[in-house]
Amino acid sequence: MNVHWIDYAILATYACFVVGIGLVLKRKVTDAESFFIAGRQIPAWITGLAFLSANLGALEVMGMAANGAKYGLLTNHFYWVGAIPAMVFVGVFMMPFYYGSKARSVPEYLKLRFDEKTRGLNALTFAGMTVLASGINMFAMAKVFQLLLGWSMDASILVSALVVLAYTITGGLASSIYNEVLQFFLIVFGFLPLVLLGLHDVGGWQGLSAKLPEGFIHAWSGLGSAAGNPMGIEWFGMVMGLGFVLSFGYWCTDFLVVQRAMAAEDMTAARNTPLIAAVPKMLFPFLVITPGLIALALTLHPAAGAAPLLQKLPDGTWDYNNALPMLMGHYYPTGLLGLGLTALLASFMSGMAGNVTAFNTVWTYDIYQAYLRKEAPDAHYLWMGRVATVVGIALSVGAAYMAMNFNNIMDYLQLLFSFFNAPLFATFLLGMFWQRATGHGAFWGLMAGTVAAMGHYAAIKAGVTSYPSDMAGNFYGAIYAFVVCLAGTITISLVTRPRPAEELAGLVWSLTPRPESRDVAWHRRPAVVGAVVLALTVALNLMFW
Amino acid sequence: MLDLRWPIGLLFTLVGLMLAGWGLARPHGTLPVTLAVDLNLGWGLVMTLFGAAMTGWAALAPAPDDGP
Repeated sequence: MNVHWIDYAILATYACFVVGIGLVLKRKVTDAESFFIAGRQIPAWITGLAFLSANLGALEVMGMAANGAKYGLLTNHFYWVGAIPAMVFVGVFMMPFYYGSKARSVPEYLKLRFDEKTRGLNALTFAGMTVLASGINMFAMAKVFQLLLGWSMDASILVSALVVLAYTITGGLASSIYNEVLQFFLIVFGFLPLVLLGLHDVGGWQGLSAKLPEGFIHAWSGLGSAAGNPMGIEWFGMVMGLGFVLSFGYWCTDFLVVQRAMAAEDMTAARNTPLIAAVPKMLFPFLVITPGLIALALTLHPAAGAAPLLQKLPDGTWDYNNALPMLMGHYYPTGLLGLGLTALLASFMSGMAGNVTAFNTVWTYDIYQAYLRKEAPDAHYLWMGRVATVVGIALSVGAAYMAMNFNNIMDYLQLLFSFFNAPLFATFLLGMFWQRATGHGAFWGLMAGTVAAMGHYAAIKAGVTSYPSDMAGNFYGAIYAFVVCLAGTITISLVTRPRPAEELAGLVWSLTPRPESRDVAWHRRPAVVGAVVLALTVALNLMFW
Repeated sequence: MLDLRWPIGLLFTLVGLMLAGWGLARPHGTLPVTLAVDLNLGWGLVMTLFGAAMTGWAALAPAPDDGP
């Protein structure tokens, strides 16, 4: 790969800006609240784009391109089925409890609604999962820099970790959020030329469809049976596993994304945060999955005299994970390559900073303040937040080195989500909408759900049960985890003593006044925005049926 | 807090000009796709326009709160 000083100059300019934003925002960090929840004063369009961007790590971008090459347009379901409905649900129905309860984190909501042990369990699993996700993300990025720049993995991991450290330790959550918006625009401008050039090269959408196997260019028509599509899943597993359990488990309960909405300036802004994020989210497949399809087309039908774009791995499959960087190397000249690398770096950093800011908040409020040191001056928790930032980044670096042995990195993360997030959604659903649910019920239900997911995975590994693909196994594992948690929570709640109704005001649907949106302009009302978002998503599904 | 339109506008203007300048100074060689304009020059100008629009918007309609 031909890398010039101009490519480095673009990367360096970007790095100066993100660190600069951290330094400017440093003077706004006066107490722990401003560091951890940005003082609740950020407008909705910024929290909305940050909500999207924090989820859009290098892992997501690379993984979705890889899945695009491996599974075709079915990958779009990670967006249209696996994200949008849940994003609308969390904005319209769940945000009133998160934002209205004044909880500072998702685990803290669990403490207010249920009890201390449920919060502790969630805080610990979330902290662990966040560090792992951050490490995998970092590993994905280091691999790209090794491939395209010839950098050693150690050097790219170290340099990027230091930049993220510089802007999160100074400006806290606000710095992370503001940079995520900057990074969002860079990701769009860095990947868009790749899609446009690629489509132009293969002869537009028609040309692309002609070069791919039939199952790769339809989102729904192959889902009648597991044999009819490359993912090996039928519509029930797709809609229930991905669309309902995994998706709602992630978007509605994961503090990484919910934290962005909690920083919004008022209730309407908080509720609109995921809805604003949903609009670019539904268009993102065009930006991140199309490169995967183009890469596959150039692999199956290389130009005359050229080698296939993707390399063959020793086990006979194509090296899908590198679809995006290989395509970038194929189309981008010096200069634009620097921009493309900046976009990848931006996606990596937005994901990592998201993980780090969520981790330091949960660690400080839900573990340190809850169990280790209850009464301390505010300045002490601010100091602890900065320490947790350093430790969180150091642990992510460790996780990055651990993550180097998996075939498809995205499948790995889905597996983790199915262990911890899938049962969690049952807990929140019952907590927010069923007044009778108790703390013991929530805790033991959650435990049972996680154990069920792990047991299901062990059964697959031991050969007791099997699925056509790892992905299908993950989806079904998530369904089992959810059902077991739901049943366990209900059963135990019914035999334990409920909390008195007056303690649950503002935490449960039946005991909370509906958020007032009559004085808000109609086009800003969450219910209206949510309905528009859903209608657009249905239209997209029909277009690519 | 911080008017984010400023850093976004400035970064895109700067990077856009760098790309466009590079495209003018050193037209790239043969690429898999042939276009009428130099790729760096064209995309650099698009980015510069976006950056200028953001900066102009921030300058003409300042945030009620405080400046950059």
